[in-house]
Amino acid sequence: MSLDEIKIGGMGASRRRVEDNRFIRGKGKYVDDVVLPGMLHMEILRSTVAHANIKSIDTSAAWEVPGVRLVLTGEMMAARNLAWMPTLSYDTQAVLATDKIRFQGQEIAAVIADDPYIAKDACAKIVVEYEQLPAITNPFMAQDPAMPIIRDDKENQPTNKIFDWEIGDKERTDQAFAEADVISTIDLHYPRSHPSPMENCGSIADYDRATGKLTVYMTSQAPHIVRAAVAMVAEIPEHQIRIISPDLGGGFGNKVPIYPGYVISILASILTERPVKWIEDKTGNLISTGFGRDVYLNGQMALRKDGKILGMRMHTISDHGAFYADAQPTKFKIGLMHSTFACYDVPAAHLTSEGYYTTKAPGGVAYRCSFRVTEAMFFQERMMHAAANDLGMDQAAFRRVNLVKDDMFPYRTAFGFLTDSGQYDKCMQVGMEAIGYDNFKAEQEEARKRGKLLGIGISTMTEPLGAGNSREYDIIGIKMFDSAELRVHMTGKAILRTGAKTQGQGHETTWAQIVAHELGIPADDIVVEEGDTDTAPFGMGTYASRSTPVAGAAVAMVARKIRAKARKIAAHLLEVSEEDIEWELGRFYVRGNQERGVTIQDCALAAYSNIPDGLEPGLENNAYYDPPNLTWPFAAYFCKVEVDAETGVWDVLQFVAVDDCGVRINPMIVEGQVMGGLTEAYAMANMQYITFDEEGNCIGANYMDYLLPTAWETPGFELHEVVTPCPHHPIGAKGIGECATVAGPAAFVNAVMNAIEHTGVRNVDMPLMPNRVYEALQTGKDVSGMPPVKVG
Amino acid sequence: MYPSRFAYEAPKTLAEAIALLDANGGEAKVLSGGQSLIPMVKLRFASPELLVDINNIPGLDYMRIDEQGNLRIGALVRHEDLEHSTTLPATHPTLAAASHLVADPIVRTRGTFVGSLCHADPQGDWAATMIALGGRIVAQGPKGKREIDMREFVLGPFTNALAFNEIAVEAIVPPVKGKAAGSYLKLERRVGDFATASVAVALDMNGATVGRAGCALAGVGGRTIDANDAISVLVGKTLNAESIEAAAEAVAAAADPRTDHRGSADYKRHIVKTFVTRILNNIANSEQKAA
Repeated sequence: MSLDEIKIGGMGASRRRVEDNRFIRGKGKYVDDVVLPGMLHMEILRSTVAHANIKSIDTSAAWEVPGVRLVLTGEMMAARNLAWMPTLSYDTQAVLATDKIRFQGQEIAAVIADDPYIAKDACAKIVVEYEQLPAITNPFMAQDPAMPIIRDDKENQPTNKIFDWEIGDKERTDQAFAEADVISTIDLHYPRSHPSPMENCGSIADYDRATGKLTVYMTSQAPHIVRAAVAMVAEIPEHQIRIISPDLGGGFGNKVPIYPGYVISILASILTERPVKWIEDKTGNLISTGFGRDVYLNGQMALRKDGKILGMRMHTISDHGAFYADAQPTKFKIGLMHSTFACYDVPAAHLTSEGYYTTKAPGGVAYRCSFRVTEAMFFQERMMHAAANDLGMDQAAFRRVNLVKDDMFPYRTAFGFLTDSGQYDKCMQVGMEAIGYDNFKAEQEEARKRGKLLGIGISTMTEPLGAGNSREYDIIGIKMFDSAELRVHMTGKAILRTGAKTQGQGHETTWAQIVAHELGIPADDIVVEEGDTDTAPFGMGTYASRSTPVAGAAVAMVARKIRAKARKIAAHLLEVSEEDIEWELGRFYVRGNQERGVTIQDCALAAYSNIPDGLEPGLENNAYYDPPNLTWPFAAYFCKVEVDAETGVWDVLQFVAVDDCGVRINPMIVEGQVMGGLTEAYAMANMQYITFDEEGNCIGANYMDYLLPTAWETPGFELHEVVTPCPHHPIGAKGIGECATVAGPAAFVNAVMNAIEHTGVRNVDMPLMPNRVYEALQTGKDVSGMPPVKVG
Repeated sequence: MYPSRFAYEAPKTLAEAIALLDANGGEAKVLSGGQSLIPMVKLRFASPELLVDINNIPGLDYMRIDEQGNLRIGALVRHEDLEHSTTLPATHPTLAAASHLVADPIVRTRGTFVGSLCHADPQGDWAATMIALGGRIVAQGPKGKREIDMREFVLGPFTNALAFNEIAVEAIVPPVKGKAAGSYLKLERRVGDFATASVAVALDMNGATVGRAGCALAGVGGRTIDANDAISVLVGKTLNAESIEAAAEAVAAAADPRTDHRGSADYKRHIVKTFVTRILNNIANSEQKAA
């Protein structure tokens, strides 16, 4: 009798998340919950201005505060060659400012004291004299030759431009435009947003001079990358560095970079020989740590009258803040922006990009996104929307003409990606039926007679999830593969460790389900551990929806290695040759005699108690997995809104999300991912952005200005699924963590635009706040969100 | 979030609380619901030397109508007490409408009505309703009690008329002459957001005719905007398209908004006008239905 896979918590089981047992009881262990004997507390003094030469820093009064143990400045860091550190994009970033302030919130000094209150009191006593320089709050200001050079610390940096980059075939694309019947254009700004995990960043550095060992508890999505970076920067040998990422209260890309606070706490621990805890506050997190987006997107599309896309051009101008600190693979300067239009059959495409320094916080992290894919797909779907209107074609019909057909896979995109699977048109059909697409036009007209403005918006996309392969994808040169290590104990229970790092995704639940699927060991019998570099195998961490595509594949592969060894043991136990052994879930049996068999638990026991001659004892192994390709999930989202013409307020009437992420390991967790992503997408479309005033002050430094939606205003979402297994992934799964964040915003925006574009408006930049929508309705003109916000 | 060092006292009587304020010469703050004060202390926007917690003082959590018809609200009445009141929608529709829009449901369980008035946030909801209703504050200090008109209570942003040694022990809403009508509308980007613009309207209706008319605005000026004079164009009139338009115009003109990331000054003024119109139209429609 074969096991019931759902009952043992295998593939397809909506198993309750095992980690929630501790989270909902308040028993999670986050960095701030760690208390070490003799621990000191660190507070960072941040700049109040955006751009200024530092004339002087006087820390003498801070040293006088009782309980203060150490006050660190950039000068002291510089003495140890730690005033600057490398970023993930081969730039440098100031740890503590020595020469100049380059954004509001930049780290100037740190106080280490007996308790955090004292540290905060002492910080307030540090006197900094500034000589203010003009704030440069967008790339167009940065282009102005009259503006000062922000990175005057660098040689060969005569302007504020960071890079020019291009990809695609210019000639072929020009040709396509020459042959076009219609050319459609669009200009967009994807505003700066912040991943804003509930838990801010923090670290506890504990340097033991007796052993030479440095242990750092840290809020990191990628602890092994941190270990490598610390080994390089701090000149501590890698085997003497232990990075522990305990429970993380969300990450969303914000906890990929290495922040000054981590580095300062490490030096502070070395100098004081005491553990030093640094916990950032919410404002510190919002104003200084890795932001997302902040890109101006210009596009043109060459179209044939019948709706066929002939080619597209895209130009991006991106604002990277004071230090180019994007987390992205080396060979791409603007992430995977060129994944745009991957789901459409576009014969020719050309992308050009410029990046600029500004006096804003650095980052450019992949906020719930595979390296700028969010911007790429938002651009794509806003461009598609505009093009359908310019052609006078129905939005759904235009997309269905151009979506890659099922029989075209594998499909090479104009920018060189290889998409491998999908049922795009089927997803469209499921979504159109669920939202009643065919009735909408009549509904819209009828509503208009009653003075109501209804709109419908579509967003479809496939995105490249699960970097590597290692041929093309790396972070600071470290190739993007991942790993898993599985030990099956004598009693058939097991421990699994991977190089990924869960931060809410539910790895402790889903990884066990993969093992259950491969070995028939009940998921409840498997404990999953991640985040401790002394115990976990080397891996690149969790972001860019890469865990299931890469680490999840490694889990399946290591389980298969275990099964292969168990088969040898089973043959020994059953006294037949290995070739005569058959496998069913959880059990080996003798071919032709299904009654005669042994369970995987029997094999585990034998591995420690009854080993055949010539076989090593034990039942454990590891696997490093380098995926042959990215995974390509597909999303088709449909949104229906009503706009209040008198106020510009809009409400979502219905939202239908069709996701194809291949085989679903835990459908409940997939649904949770989609709901969470759509909530973030709604936030970006509706209310959320970080902007700056003319002086470079960050507007969005707290949760009263930077808005996170609550259950109160977040609309309901109807979820549907289509399953096209990934052809190369061992269990057929594709990434899903970010699909909704990536595809979601354009669905909302296209819906609102559909409701108001009878006035002639083509674009309102996100967030579509009531005032912007109202202005567009009144004027019929585009509303640009270009900062800075003028006050007064 | 680490506040500056402060002392904390939790007296059992008003007299003790007032004595503590008096002894600390302006360096003490009264703590009731704490929903504004605690964040300010955490962010070090405020660094009081002493917090005087009045939550243990009995007899301040009442909400009742006295013999003269005044609604009296004690200092420890929480926002949610107004929200959950079954009688308030009929007797004080303006307060009832605002009660669902103050902050978010979590804040409403702890924050107090009187505390919110004392906080004098230019974007605060209750101050606008109280100015529209012609309410008063009862302040108690070492020398006894005095009443302060709401129009004189809010002096500016985060500034009220209390002396350093006084506690606002009660808010009073005067009786309605005729039938109470009114509402509160607020434009916010998210629940708990500060208002982009909000409008409180309170009318005393004598049949179809407006007796007293009150109005105040939040979010559209450096302090709560007193628009009582502006809306007084309605007094003695019936609510019709013409009178409603005139009142909405007048109130919008009284607004003093600034352009910021929530919208332009013109937009906010437009919202004020739209909301006044909506509230008055609703009153007119329900009057018609009743008649």
